[in-house]
Amino acid sequence: MSVLVDEDTRVIVQGITGGEGKFHTQQMMEYGTNVVAGAVPGKGGQEVAGVPVYDTVERAAIEEDADASVIFVPPAFAGDAVFEALDAPIDLAVAITEGIPTQDMAKVKKRLSEVDTRLLGPNCPGIITPGESKLGILPGNIFESGNVGLVSRSGTLTYQVVDNLTSRGIGQTTAVGIGGDPIIGTDFIDALELFESDPDTDAVVMCGEIGGEDEEDAAAYIAEHMDTPVAGFIAGRTAPPGKRMGHAGAIVSGSGTGTAESKIEALNDAGVPVGDTPNEVADHVEDFL
Amino acid sequence: MKLHEYQAKSVFADAGIPTPASTLASSVDEVVEAAEEIGYPVAVKAQVHVGGRGKAGGIKLVEDREEAEAAAEDILGMDLKGYTVEEVLVEAAVDFKNELYVGVTMDRGEGKPVAMVSTKGGVNIEEVAEEDPDAIAREHVDPAFGMHPYQARKVVYDAGVPAAVASDVASVLRTLFQLWDDRDASDIEVNPLMVTEDDEIVAADAVMNIDDDALFRQQELAEMEEETYEDDLERKAGEYGFDYVRLDGNTGIIGNGAGLVMTTLDLVDYYGGSPANFLDIGGGAKAERVANALDMVFSDENVDAVVFNIFGGITRGDEVAKGINDALEQFDEIPKRVVVRLAGTNAEEGREILNDDLVTVEETLEDAVQRAVEYAEEVEA
Repeated sequence: MSVLVDEDTRVIVQGITGGEGKFHTQQMMEYGTNVVAGAVPGKGGQEVAGVPVYDTVERAAIEEDADASVIFVPPAFAGDAVFEALDAPIDLAVAITEGIPTQDMAKVKKRLSEVDTRLLGPNCPGIITPGESKLGILPGNIFESGNVGLVSRSGTLTYQVVDNLTSRGIGQTTAVGIGGDPIIGTDFIDALELFESDPDTDAVVMCGEIGGEDEEDAAAYIAEHMDTPVAGFIAGRTAPPGKRMGHAGAIVSGSGTGTAESKIEALNDAGVPVGDTPNEVADHVEDFL
Repeated sequence: MKLHEYQAKSVFADAGIPTPASTLASSVDEVVEAAEEIGYPVAVKAQVHVGGRGKAGGIKLVEDREEAEAAAEDILGMDLKGYTVEEVLVEAAVDFKNELYVGVTMDRGEGKPVAMVSTKGGVNIEEVAEEDPDAIAREHVDPAFGMHPYQARKVVYDAGVPAAVASDVASVLRTLFQLWDDRDASDIEVNPLMVTEDDEIVAADAVMNIDDDALFRQQELAEMEEETYEDDLERKAGEYGFDYVRLDGNTGIIGNGAGLVMTTLDLVDYYGGSPANFLDIGGGAKAERVANALDMVFSDENVDAVVFNIFGGITRGDEVAKGINDALEQFDEIPKRVVVRLAGTNAEEGREILNDDLVTVEETLEDAVQRAVEYAEEVEA
């Protein structure tokens, strides 16, 4: 079992004819992802990596009976690409693109409340169910199939924590990247909910970072609704207020909200142990199992 | 991107928001000339991207020529929280009976813009929010519909704005929202919006920050950008295209991916060291970027040792290793000790390529950070 994607997930790649799109389509297919089509306006009828390209996501979804779409579209056009994915007959859209204007994402967020399609990202590494399927840019070789779910706002931090888990023989059900932007589709609570109802996920790792209050909200959710144990990690303890630490969402506001301390405290209060190092997170997970 | 007060005011004035008569000046003579033209009293206001200019001595009210000269001499060239004042706005002083706050920002939790109005203007709104949250009326706006006229009225009434100016204030709020929406602002505010004895309203200050990710479609505003960096290293980072933040420690940090770089900083602190910077070289990490990143940390005189931490996904360990070797071979003597940790794609190949004479190689993040902290301590001792 897994959440959101498995070996049967039929995947469209938006932006498949671009450099990034083409490269990662090949990488995904090598990993075993069932990529069935590409969607690029004006490129309908072409073929990339052995799959047909359609002019619209809707056409690709209908013709190839697709379930999900991965979006590798430049930031200026990505908001529109996400809308197109949400309006197409698929269940999941994964937006890898970094740098989408915040106001575009506010409109996307509004649209999300009206459709059944789920969005991961933007500015995320994607999602992987080890041994079955990956949608995005995660390096497949560090993951291993197992019973720990992982949800994270950051790409390379996910890899680090997964590496700490895998090297101890602790595998993963699914790893979900939710993205480092201020406004995202699926949030921590949504992902935690999915893992809580997945019978094969025996423990969950949640990697947060400074900025916003999503981790605090997630802590309240964990305390109230979760039986599956959760271990946490929060990046940005040493971040100075008012500075954007790489991610658009990673900023401690002048008024003191969004700090690592507040998030760690909220998680601890919810019974979630927070590792001081990624390796300590793996220690906590090992204790759970 | 932040606009200066004078830039934001010109945007506001073009949109029909009343602003005081003003002139930008960069010398004492220009200040005096502007003040005489506008007519005393005038305010002389430093144009720098820092909050709390008034408290820090960056704003002075002057009554005559002599005071104008003195204020100009004081403020021009002064250091305001690390920024040098090069321009001042000379502006007609406004006689007011009330100071209001009117603004729009993005509520990231809700994923919606929120309009805010308060009768406690003239002070830092974040302080008001903390000490007296009920003094700020808020109204969330649907990003798809925009602000309905009734919403502007509602938030103005909720805030208790005096009836005589309620309609004008609501109109300012609607204009601000329209600007926020059209110009991809992240924050926009008038604080204070002054109410005069005759119940006229005037925007005495103006804040407008633009979403950096939207500058590609806000060309006119993007051209107003004045690169202001707190120091030369931040300027250099801007030229190299790095996400960089300078801190005050002595262990330099280079890594890929915001979350992992932040984590590396945290670990330096955790192991008793002190991070000198945040530097994300991003994905790919071609040889030139690696060399530029090393140049950044080597040029920081506070840095005593460096930890270079790469977790390869797309980034390949062997390419990074080659880049590090190439960059370091240029030096007769490597200025600071470098600890490298490579993981992920082609990490093993990378570790084999790395020249042990030039760098210290560690396999785990924890070991690499501890080693770099140790080196930094040795230098300090």
